[in-house]
Amino acid sequence: MRGWGGSGGRGVLVALGSTVVFAVVVVLAVSNAPGWPEVRRQFFNGEVLRESLGVIPEAFLLNVRIFLIAEALILVLALVIALVRSLPGPVFFPLRALAVAYADFFRGVPTILVIYLLGFGAPALEISGVPRDALFWGVVALVLVYSAYVSEVYRAGIDSVHPSQEAAARSLGLTRGQALRFVVLPQAVRRVVPPLLNDFIGLQKDTALVALLGPIEAFRQSQIEVASSFNYTPYIVTALLFVLLTVPLARLTDWLVARDRRRLLAAGGLR
Amino acid sequence: MSAAPALALEGVHKSFGRNEVLRGIDLALASHEVVCLIGASGSGKSTLLRCVNLLEPIDAGRIAVGGTEITEPRVDLNAVRRRIGIVFQAFNLFPHMSVLRNVTLAPTRALGLSRAEAEGRALELLERFGLADKRDEYPDRLSGGQQQRVAIVRALAMRPELMLLDEVTSALDPELVAEVLNVVRELAESGMTMLIATHEMSFARDIADRVCFLDAGLILEQGDPEEIFTAPREPRTQQFLQRIIDAGRL
Ligand SMILES: Nc1ncnc2c1ncn2[C@@H]1O[C@H](COP(=O)(O)OP(=O)(O)OP(=O)(O)O)[C@@H](O)[C@H]1O
Ligand SMILES: [Mg+2]
Repeated sequence: MRGWGGSGGRGVLVALGSTVVFAVVVVLAVSNAPGWPEVRRQFFNGEVLRESLGVIPEAFLLNVRIFLIAEALILVLALVIALVRSLPGPVFFPLRALAVAYADFFRGVPTILVIYLLGFGAPALEISGVPRDALFWGVVALVLVYSAYVSEVYRAGIDSVHPSQEAAARSLGLTRGQALRFVVLPQAVRRVVPPLLNDFIGLQKDTALVALLGPIEAFRQSQIEVASSFNYTPYIVTALLFVLLTVPLARLTDWLVARDRRRLLAAGGLR
Repeated sequence: MSAAPALALEGVHKSFGRNEVLRGIDLALASHEVVCLIGASGSGKSTLLRCVNLLEPIDAGRIAVGGTEITEPRVDLNAVRRRIGIVFQAFNLFPHMSVLRNVTLAPTRALGLSRAEAEGRALELLERFGLADKRDEYPDRLSGGQQQRVAIVRALAMRPELMLLDEVTSALDPELVAEVLNVVRELAESGMTMLIATHEMSFARDIADRVCFLDAGLILEQGDPEEIFTAPREPRTQQFLQRIIDAGRL
């Protein structure tokens, strides 16, 4: 446990002790600061907190749902874009160009603009067969934007697998598709899990942007609560919920990065 | 058909940009013949092997395997490669797969063998080359010599009619060279047709039916190993061998 900065039990004790001292100092400093009672009333109001906890977590489930659905779609769409971009030969130039344009466009445009454009624009077309559901278009917008980022992550992973791996696979008589599927992609994906999770942390937060189209997710719900209570505690509740969702992903990312480092060291450096 | 050579190259040319690496290679291997390619670094040995395996397209000439031309445009690259095994200097095992999976991947996916069949084949070969206890290990847990033997087994599992070996011992620590060379020797004795690029002159002399000296993209001289190593005719061959002797490697 090197992370605690010491060896064995003594290290843990020191870490624990210094954390407690630090926390006490911070609490004393903050609670003695002028204006703290006002801050506390506005942001940490017990009564409003109880009320918020009754409604906001439920609304937050919508964020989680948006996140999970979008994430699954992004993983697939981004992979398709990355693969199209790696198609060889002049025949596929138009497809490759399209994939590049896609990634450039959706990484360049502000997410909020894409959400407005699709969420308000698409239903306004009133074409039969085009869904009018704001939630639907919100998810589509997130998928389009984040697939552009994630496709770049995939591509970096694919590029990081040495060409000799594909050559070895092809030399055994595997097709290009088989070489990609069984040899290149599994290695590529393994390497990009940390940056991939990083992008998903961004996605978790951006699910709040869907509120702009009307669906009542956690952020929208907390706005409603704030408006009725004239108190900002609901925002704090929502913020904490988002953080709570992010922390496991962030720690998982750290752990994976540390594991890869250990593996690399164990293997005696780069091969 | 039985008279057709196992491998035949005629006037093979290959350039990388303006660098003409192969400048008209003519070479034929009979079935069961073992031919060693020697020559200075950069003379085109690896390129020649990669062209035979169609990993590099050639610019002119033709290559035939067992009488069928493999360099004509309509040929099925994958079908050709299944008939030719190649082993690289750097092993190139798949690091995310166990030894057994490394060996069974192509037989199951490219030949359509059942898993049981492919594993049977793989285990038989692993057994034969003393690797049976490594079947579940991952490549990074094996020594270089073991990795290279697995790479050879992986190629053999396709039951190729021809094996191409590209400096299979160059990346190995000296004490690991022998175990790999022994495998190659056993293959030669079992009748495998092989084209071998190597810097191991004493090994070439020992194992080859014929030695070809490659110089600047041409086969300058070829013949019986004794003849090439003891009485080379071409001044360039003499120079090359003299350098090797001076370096204490023959
Ligand atoms: N993919 C490539 N692109 C450009 N040039 C290449 C490529 N592969 C090989 N070459 C060039 O072709 C020439 C011959 O290389 P090759 O690897 O065939 O030589 P070699 O005889 O195998 O040498 P060594 O003994 O060092 O392995 C070299 O000049 C090399 O730089
Ligand atoms: Mg070479």
